[in-house]
Amino acid sequence: MTAARQDATQDSTDVLRVADLTKVYPLHSPVISRLTRGGARDGQLRALDGVDLELRRGEILALVGESGSGKSTLAKILVGGQTATSGSVHHDGHPMPAHRDRDQRRRIQMVFQDPYSSLNPRISVGSMLRELLLLHRVVPRRDVRAESVRLLNLVGLEEDALEAYPSQFSGGQRQRLAIARALAVRPDVLIADEPVSALDVSVQATILELFASLQRELGLSILFVAHNLAVVQHLSHRVAVMYLGRIVEVAETAELFANPRHPYTRALIDSIPRMSVGSINEEFVLEGEPPSPFDVPAGCRFHPRCPYATDACRTTDPALADVAREHRSACLHASDLDAFDAAPDPRRSLEFGSPTTANLERVATTTTVTTTKDRSTSA
Amino acid sequence: MRTSSAAGTAASTAPSLLRVTDLRIGIRRRRGDDTVIVDDVSFDIAAGQRFGVVGESGSGKSLTLRAIADLLPKGVEVLSGSILYDGRELVGMPGAERRRLMGPEIAMIFQEPMTALNPVVRVGDQIAEGPRRHLGLSKRTAHALAVEMMAKTGIPDPERRSRAYAHELSGGLRQRIMIAMAVSCSPRLLLCDEPTTALDVTVQHQVLRVLEDLCADTGTALAFVTHDLAVVNQTCTSMAVMYSGRIAESGSVVEVLSNPRHPYTRGLLDSAPDFDQPDRQLIPIAGFPPSVTGRPAGCAFAPRCPFAVERCRTAVPPREEITPGHDTACFESERIFAGVPA
Repeated sequence: MTAARQDATQDSTDVLRVADLTKVYPLHSPVISRLTRGGARDGQLRALDGVDLELRRGEILALVGESGSGKSTLAKILVGGQTATSGSVHHDGHPMPAHRDRDQRRRIQMVFQDPYSSLNPRISVGSMLRELLLLHRVVPRRDVRAESVRLLNLVGLEEDALEAYPSQFSGGQRQRLAIARALAVRPDVLIADEPVSALDVSVQATILELFASLQRELGLSILFVAHNLAVVQHLSHRVAVMYLGRIVEVAETAELFANPRHPYTRALIDSIPRMSVGSINEEFVLEGEPPSPFDVPAGCRFHPRCPYATDACRTTDPALADVAREHRSACLHASDLDAFDAAPDPRRSLEFGSPTTANLERVATTTTVTTTKDRSTSA
Repeated sequence: MRTSSAAGTAASTAPSLLRVTDLRIGIRRRRGDDTVIVDDVSFDIAAGQRFGVVGESGSGKSLTLRAIADLLPKGVEVLSGSILYDGRELVGMPGAERRRLMGPEIAMIFQEPMTALNPVVRVGDQIAEGPRRHLGLSKRTAHALAVEMMAKTGIPDPERRSRAYAHELSGGLRQRIMIAMAVSCSPRLLLCDEPTTALDVTVQHQVLRVLEDLCADTGTALAFVTHDLAVVNQTCTSMAVMYSGRIAESGSVVEVLSNPRHPYTRGLLDSAPDFDQPDRQLIPIAGFPPSVTGRPAGCAFAPRCPFAVERCRTAVPPREEITPGHDTACFESERIFAGVPA
C-alpha cells in the first residue's frame, strides 16, 4: 500500500508542500470584560497568514523566527494536530485532508521541545514502542522486540532501556527516546519543534549529530523549528525565516547567512551573541517589540521596525519573490539593500583585514585556516 | 582566532567589592553528613567589574548567586565559607540588616520576569517602591524616578506604561521593568540570573545592550549567571566555569575562552555551535553530569574526561593559577594543553 504511493511520486522532489496556508484563531473576550468594559469586540488572531513553503525529500529545512511568529502553529498543522483555516498541505503530491487516516498520520511524525513532558512517565520504553509497532502493524508481533531494540540502537540507546521508565533517563536520553518513538512508525517526514532548546549545551551537540545522521542514513526529510541561529546554521540545508505568520525569506543556509535579502533576517543575524566579537554588536539593532498577531500592520508587516522602510512599504504588502537562484525574499527593497557585512568584528579585522565582502562563509573559512596555520607554526 | 591580551588583569588588582571565599551551600542533615550542592567556591568581583558564571543545569551557578542575595530555597543554606560585601560579612548577618542592603547596594534580576513581578501592582509603583523605602523619596518623586528609569531601559512611552500591570506587557518589556526596578536605587552590585534566556534573540540583544549601558553609566558591578558562552563573551570581562558545584576554571573572558585550561571548558567550547565557524565539527562531551548525591570521588569531571588519569579519580584537584588571574582545577592541564599556544 505504501509502496504504490511511493512509486507514484518518486520523481517529485518535494515531500511536503504548503500553499497559502492560513490559520485564524477566533478570540472571544471573557464575559466579565465584555460586561465591565462595555462589550469589547471579539478579535481574531492570525497565527499564519498565507504561508507558502516546501520541504524537499531528504533535506533538513530550518524554520526560524521570534516567538509569536507562527512557527509552532505551522508545525502543528503539518503534523495534523490542528486544521488550517484555509490553504492546502500536500504530501508526496497528494493533498492531506483535515482528518487524516492512520497511514497518513504515520507518514509525518513530530518531536517536541520538552522531553520531560512529552513522554508518559507511567509507560515503560518497551511498552511505548510495542504499542506503536502493533497499532500501525509495522512489524509482525514476533519481531516487535527485535524492532524495538533496533530503534533504540538507532538513536544511540542500549537494549536495557526497554525495561526502564522515562524518569530514569536524563534530558538528552529522553529526547533520544522521543526520536525513537517518532521513528518507530517509519515516517518519511520528521517535524522537530525546538528539539534541543531545553537541553544543556554539551548534550545539544549529540542530539544535533543524531538528527544529521538520521537525515544522511535514512534519507529522512526534517523540518527543524528553532530560534538558535548558530544551531540552524550548523545543521540545516535550507532556512525559512518567519515573521508574524508569514515566510519572509527562504534560501540555502550558506546563502541566507552570507547574503540575507530581508532586513528582518539581517536583524536576526546581527542579534546573535558571538563567540568572536568582543562587545555587543552595535551595527543594526531592531527597535521595538515584535508586534502582536492580533493587529498586523498594514503594508509590509515588518515596516514599523525596519530602518529601510519607505512610503511604498507602508502601503504595499510584498509577496515572497525570487531574488536569486533558490533564494526568495518578501521585501520590496530586496534587490537594492546594501551589501551585508555579517561580521563586524574589530578583533578579527585587526588580524585579518577588514572583511567588507558580504561572503560570511568565505570569511569564516579563511579565519579557521589562518588559525590552524598559526598553531602549527608556533607549536 | 583570538589573541590573548592583558585585558582583565587590571580588574584583579582593584579592591574587591564582593569576595566569596570557600563557599559551601547545601542541605544540613541532623546526623552530620550534609548534602553539599556547591562546594569550595571562591571568587572576587571588583567594583564596576562584569563577572560571568557559566555552567550546565545543576552546576550550582544559580544557588551561588542566590546565596549572595539571601534567596536560597527553603532547606538549602550556606554550610560554611564567607561572603564579604564591601568588607561586611553577609553570612550570618541579621535579616533586617541584610534586607537594608538589598536594593541600594545589591539588586537582582531573575530569568522569568512574570513570576518575579507582582501581578496586582502597577509596574510603575513596583519600581518606585525601592526608592521610596530606601532613599526616602516622596511618592511623586519616586514615581518620576520610576518613569525616568523606564525610559533609560528603553521602554517606549514610559509614562503610560508605568500604569500597566505586568501581564499587559511583552516578555522583553517585563524584563526591562525588572531591570529598571533593580537599578532604581543605583546598586553597586547587580546579580543577574539568566536574564535573557527566556527572550527572543533580537530582544536579548536589546536587553544586553541596556544592561551594558547602565553598568557603564553607574559603575555597577555585574554577577551574570548564564549557560550561554557567547552571551558571557559579549557582556562580561571575567568569568568562572562551574561544574558539579565547583569552579572548574576562572579568569578573564578572553583568557578562558581563547586559551581554556580545563577539559570541561574545552568540551563546552567544542560542543556549542559557533556562528562564526559554521563548518566546524561539533564534539559532544561524553556522558552527562553527575547528580548532586551521586558525585564521584576525586574530580567530578573525571568520568567524562578523555584525559583522566588514575589520580583524577581519587583526589579533588585544587584550583591553581596558571598565568596571573587565570586558574584551573585540573591535575593534567599542563600535559593536556602543553601543545596549545597561549
